[in-house]
Amino acid sequence: MTRLNKTEKIEQSRRNFLIGTVGTGLVMAFAPVMTAYSSESAATALNKKHFNPTVWFEIDQTGSILVNISRAEMGQHVGTAIARIVADELGADWDKVSIKHVDTDPKWGYMVTGGSWSVWQSYLPMSQAGAAGRTVLIEAAAKLLKVQTSDCKAQNSHVICGDKSISFADIISQGNIDRTFSAEELALFTPKDPQTRRLVSKPSNALDIPAKTTGTAKYGIDVEIEGMVYARPLVPPTRYGSKVLKVNDSKATKVKGYLGYEILQDPSNILQGWVSVLADTYYGAIRAADAIKVEYQAGETTHVSEQDLIKEGEKLVADKTSGGRFVDHGDIDKAAAEAKKSIDSTYRTSSVLHFALEPVNAAVEFKDGICHVHTGNQWQSLFLPVVAKSVGLTDDKVIIHQYYLGGGFGRRLAGDYMIPAALTAKAIGKPVKLVFTREDDSRFDCIRSPSVQHFAAYWDGDNALQGIDHAAAAGWPTLTMAPGFMPDSVDKKTKVDTFSISGADHWYSLNNHRVRAINNTLAQKTFVPGWLRAVGPGWIAWGVESFMDEVAHAQNTDPVDFRLKLLDAKGKNSSKAPEAVGGAKRLAHVLKEIKVKSGWGKTLPKNEGLGIAIAAGQERNMPTWSACVAHVRVAPETGEVKVLKLTSVMDCGTVVHPDGALAQTEGAMLWGLSLALHEGTAIKDGQVADTNLNSYTPLRMADVPELDISFVENTEIPTGLGEPGLIAVAPAIGNAIFNAVGARVRDLPITPKAVKALI
Amino acid sequence: MGTTMITFTLNGNKMSTDAPTDTPLLWVIRDEFGLKGTKFGCGIAMCGACTVHFNGSPVRSCSLPISALDGSEIRTIEGLENKHPLQKAWVEHQVPQCGYCQSGQIMQASALLATNANPSDTEIVEYMNGNLCRCMSYKRIKEAIKQVSSASASVVEIYDPKRESILESNNEQEVV
Repeated sequence: MTRLNKTEKIEQSRRNFLIGTVGTGLVMAFAPVMTAYSSESAATALNKKHFNPTVWFEIDQTGSILVNISRAEMGQHVGTAIARIVADELGADWDKVSIKHVDTDPKWGYMVTGGSWSVWQSYLPMSQAGAAGRTVLIEAAAKLLKVQTSDCKAQNSHVICGDKSISFADIISQGNIDRTFSAEELALFTPKDPQTRRLVSKPSNALDIPAKTTGTAKYGIDVEIEGMVYARPLVPPTRYGSKVLKVNDSKATKVKGYLGYEILQDPSNILQGWVSVLADTYYGAIRAADAIKVEYQAGETTHVSEQDLIKEGEKLVADKTSGGRFVDHGDIDKAAAEAKKSIDSTYRTSSVLHFALEPVNAAVEFKDGICHVHTGNQWQSLFLPVVAKSVGLTDDKVIIHQYYLGGGFGRRLAGDYMIPAALTAKAIGKPVKLVFTREDDSRFDCIRSPSVQHFAAYWDGDNALQGIDHAAAAGWPTLTMAPGFMPDSVDKKTKVDTFSISGADHWYSLNNHRVRAINNTLAQKTFVPGWLRAVGPGWIAWGVESFMDEVAHAQNTDPVDFRLKLLDAKGKNSSKAPEAVGGAKRLAHVLKEIKVKSGWGKTLPKNEGLGIAIAAGQERNMPTWSACVAHVRVAPETGEVKVLKLTSVMDCGTVVHPDGALAQTEGAMLWGLSLALHEGTAIKDGQVADTNLNSYTPLRMADVPELDISFVENTEIPTGLGEPGLIAVAPAIGNAIFNAVGARVRDLPITPKAVKALI
Repeated sequence: MGTTMITFTLNGNKMSTDAPTDTPLLWVIRDEFGLKGTKFGCGIAMCGACTVHFNGSPVRSCSLPISALDGSEIRTIEGLENKHPLQKAWVEHQVPQCGYCQSGQIMQASALLATNANPSDTEIVEYMNGNLCRCMSYKRIKEAIKQVSSASASVVEIYDPKRESILESNNEQEVV
């Protein structure tokens, strides 16, 4: 696959904030400083479109407020959260606010929705933008009302001064507003006093929900373009190195509506050995594709199995010279040499599918020299240049139009599914809607790589823990899809995919701690590893938090007390503003809370147990502090595990959209449970073995345990929530199984067979 | 595979299609008649995203060939016209996340409440277990169903566009 050396910074560059009357409305926009026009006023720049806004909202003369959202909507109600941050500071009437999900015009800046970053990255700039807007509206209102600005406040889309009041709509239709805030001026606005918030942290309904109850919400798969034909791709036997030798479509010609096939030549090299099958209906394309016989020369990974990948991982973690150091604290070799006691363990996870319910798809039309791609995607800025390369256009000639995503979960961070649609449309000179069947979607998934982790713990002669040595090997998503995002390892030996090792740099204080991050090269060659909900921490924590329990038991300490002692918030684990105010103390706090809430230590019936795990995902620079207790019942005769209850305490700072936060955490925790007990596939003959629900079995309603979720109330800066609730669930379940029946499970998913064998 | 004219009622309107008779209903609803609320998920009747009512019973339209339709009545999410109490409850409980499965969930749940006025937790789970929600909004789906069932002593009839009022005779639905 083409290595994308994308190095654009996700952080917004230095920019001004412009507020000005445009036509009959008021526009507010962030815009980079453009020296050519630096002497222009905000209103002039806005009217002449001499600006390149990265974020923009507007109020029209009726007072309707439109907030443009560049983040993908895939169930997290992100537009609602972001708009409420703006509207609260602005003093807006929430009923007048609407949102719009925008396309990939470069004016919107770098477009990515992942990492649970959206609210965390938006909170300060959006608060400041709203506050600047409020300031300007109050100044204009004060002039109109002939009062002092200091006596005014903005509330419910009105500026109020004593018994006088004027609506935003009236201010805008009367006022000639023209104001520029420099980045420095904007930075002086601090978010509102939490006591005075009217929208942030208050209950509200999500703006995207009504359309999702009537069938009217429009997803990528619902797009229709005048004159389009339908296509289904034939996915080759290996991800890399497949070649089409011969195509025989004699049987397909009998399918009604069959229009022919195209062998796709892809200059971006994302697709190797692909054929797309065309028909005037999608069912026709399905039938025709089934009837076509393609003879391939498969790539070199055609015989790779899951076992091969796990074996490779085991070899890599055992080889002390492999990988690069991600954490290198103290001297673990010395601690090991001087140890009087040690334990070691290996943890594994199997291949996992995203299985977003809307199969990947894209509709593409070439019109007036522009390639229009219609699809739901999470990282438009990453794959737009790839689409451009594959169809031979420059980046500015490709526009990706955004729709609701029928599930993201990280699958749609990769935009590889746009390529076959674009190439087919280009080849036939007609608009094409290309849809993957479920099985095609699974075979083309960028799966969560199988992983292997090794841990060793060392104690001195006084039974005091001296350190932990940790190595983790897996396929790395970022290495294939965005290598420019990989930093050097601590020992400068290699680049590291932090998204495949985050969580290993936990908040426990250890005298000696080493983490090696290792790329499983066989995995990398066999498939495109993907970012899957909770990404690295989603499987790293399975090892880290299960092994922490092993360590606690090995020194005969209670797993909760043991963790609390290591969470001393000293040194690198101390407070760091703004993202980790309080440091590991916040993690200790959620742990203490859940100890009480879960009734930790209570007597349970035979074969039942509680298990604890904590997490600070997604990363150290954006920690959401969480603790989870699982209550399980194990049937010793079958090894079957039933999760009776999951309890959780989350601290994500300010909870911007409380019900959205709860929904995300419910979903994330059940994903954690699903990945622990219900999901998992295997690579077989270089391909995913389970491609549909007849053998891939995500959690269903009957498997849902009692959930008890609470959020710590504080006013710290909000961190992320889409993923963190997932992280601690699997290790909490594993630790609960140990406490119930003494079986230490080390492989995900946890199968009855494995549990039974360990009892 | 043959090509004949198949006629059926779709949300109260008489429709005809000459699509190949083995075509699953899903594609005819979506791409021929343009009702996009019914979704394609797995194609093997195991996720429920494509659920519609076939003479009042929930079926997976991805696996129902149109040859089985002649003269039947099909209702899709659009046929509820946003008048079904479940749709209101879905908003009140803020059920949908990505929303992709929710048309199917609502069609399945409305079929349940049309025949069972007060389903127990177990009955709800059994009836709904075939509908996958990848975002895992199951807890809220169950709560929304329970709210609607507890608000009504009788079955909740499905909106029928042919009728003047949904309070009129209910020959088609059994009253529990």
